[in-house]
Amino acid sequence: MRVWVPLDAAARALGADAVAETLGREFTVTRNGTRGMIWLEPLVEVERDGVRYGYGPVGPGDAASVAEAIRTGGEHPLALGPVEELPWMKAQSRLTFARVGMIDPLSVEEYEAHGGLAGLRRAIGIGPEKIVEEVTGSGLRGRGGAGFPTGIKWKTVAGAKAPRKYIVCNADEGDSGSFADRMLMEGDPLVLIEGMAIAGIATGAVQGYVYIRSEYPDAIRLMEAAIGKARQAGILGPSVLGSDHAYDMEVRVGAGAYVCGEETSLLNSLEGKRGVVRAKPPIPALEGFLGRPTVVNNVISLASVPWILTHGGAEYAKLGIGRSKGTIPIQIAGNVKYGGLFEAAFGMSLRQIIEEIGGGTASGRPIKAAQVGGPLGSYIPHWDFDVPFGYEELATKEGLLGHAGITVFDDTADMLKLARFAMEFCAVESCGKCTPCRIGSVRGVETIDRIAQGDETGIPILTDLCNTMKWGSLCALGGFAPFPVMSALTHFPEDFRGCREPRPIIKSREAAE
Amino acid sequence: MTSPAIDADFLLRLDEIIAAHKGREGPLLPILHDIQAEWGHVPEEAQPRLAEALGMTRAEVYGVVSFYHDFRDHPHGRHVLRLCRAEACQSMGADALAEEVRAALGIDWHETTPDGRLTLEPVFCLGLCACAPSAQLGDRLLGRANLAKVRQLVAEAGMEAGA
Repeated sequence: MRVWVPLDAAARALGADAVAETLGREFTVTRNGTRGMIWLEPLVEVERDGVRYGYGPVGPGDAASVAEAIRTGGEHPLALGPVEELPWMKAQSRLTFARVGMIDPLSVEEYEAHGGLAGLRRAIGIGPEKIVEEVTGSGLRGRGGAGFPTGIKWKTVAGAKAPRKYIVCNADEGDSGSFADRMLMEGDPLVLIEGMAIAGIATGAVQGYVYIRSEYPDAIRLMEAAIGKARQAGILGPSVLGSDHAYDMEVRVGAGAYVCGEETSLLNSLEGKRGVVRAKPPIPALEGFLGRPTVVNNVISLASVPWILTHGGAEYAKLGIGRSKGTIPIQIAGNVKYGGLFEAAFGMSLRQIIEEIGGGTASGRPIKAAQVGGPLGSYIPHWDFDVPFGYEELATKEGLLGHAGITVFDDTADMLKLARFAMEFCAVESCGKCTPCRIGSVRGVETIDRIAQGDETGIPILTDLCNTMKWGSLCALGGFAPFPVMSALTHFPEDFRGCREPRPIIKSREAAE
Repeated sequence: MTSPAIDADFLLRLDEIIAAHKGREGPLLPILHDIQAEWGHVPEEAQPRLAEALGMTRAEVYGVVSFYHDFRDHPHGRHVLRLCRAEACQSMGADALAEEVRAALGIDWHETTPDGRLTLEPVFCLGLCACAPSAQLGDRLLGRANLAKVRQLVAEAGMEAGA
């Protein structure tokens, strides 16, 4: 009997290793990725007659009784029934995450048995130009936050003349509330490899790099192991799946700088330099890594490509709304009852996502706001939750899709403190190249501290400062840090006014790393 | 807690690390990661040698080492406890937890316990945002962390190390 216990970092953080050890004494345990239902982790599954039955959340203390229930087929209070039938699973359109949680992440055979490599095979068959056409036709846009059309980026690199080109995967997923990249790299690393190989064939790049943040040791280990497996299977190497195309790749590890999630800063870091942002132009598609044409795409963008090549770009473009095509892995996090990853077509309202799917707050208190799109995303107040989840749609609420992470806060949240954190984070993580970000963020912290001490003359100064940072910064760090600050100030002015009761003075550089 | 003296062994090992990466595109970060894995920090003495080997100035190498949060100029305690400080963890009480942990350990951020056993570091996001607040100690991760769980994690790490 085959038993599954996730190896995903979130499952491990909730005791999955101990559970796997206990169950491993009796059964053949496979470590899979997570299904994304983090509130049910560790989620133990057992396969009977081709159907996978779940138990969860199985803490280390429950492992022995679950083992007995599996052995005897008896009832157990943590039994969930067939996992695929759970409402959370049934309501999704899992394209990019189809195999995450399903298979052994390091088994090429299982990967292939579940539809893997079909996209790469078709890509080899149709050739570079048609690949770019499919990706362009899919309407896929950068899932890292900027939302730039992936097909156009590829076309630029494909058309550039250079002795050597590169595919760089941005796996520097530093946004709080986001874990889609981590979950994918831990649960189905081969799909990212396949997507990057397709990008390599489409653009004529023979070398790829996955730049993974050092805070993700599990993802680093699994990606490296998967690359080894892919080389053995002939997916990577001088002849990709026996074709005339050569493509290989390796993992590079970041060193704790948030700003390296910005593509030009990431390229400098890959080159072994300070992770300082570069001015654009030149765009990385023409002068990227080591000055050569480079595709820089986010993990989810690249991992969506194999599905698009398998089923066709038109099929992908049928999903979604407006200019937001296809599916988006929504990460529901923070103070929420049912947190996890939910892949769905664009277009659900924030209210549906947070209240229906997420089940409201974990604390049981009313929701105050949700920060969408990471630390540089706006705080969207609960009364604006009817906005549809899409790039342009969120922009109408001064919001940012970002990496599609949603962090929920209940009514105890102090918006002034969160605004201060955003400024302080920007100050600590600024690469220092441009003045609005480097100096503005420090002044921002000081000004918010003044407001916290009851000096309301600081409010117009903060507003003006945010405007300067927004329009004067070189990259999204300084340019978007004003969004959480201004959204907090605009929607929750009561948290900024009448601060007559002196608050404890926060020591600088304490909140962020 | 000083850097290793520049002896033959140190230079030999350093040259091995440099040689292992020198042919790669952009070798400096992989080299620095290996140096830190070897000595627990990036000894200042290594920097001129790196500069020479990679055709960089000492200032450029120092600039890189000092830019990244991960690279330290001095060793930390035997174990490093990292508490996430990011927004998702804040929404679940990370600030209060951090205060409790600092009080319980008697150390502030970036400090090491007097016995040299444990260093406390903040971290911005471990990607465990759906089971916040989170903590990390070596290979061990903690979701829905509270003071009791953190204490247990620290105690277990101490036992494993025989400390």
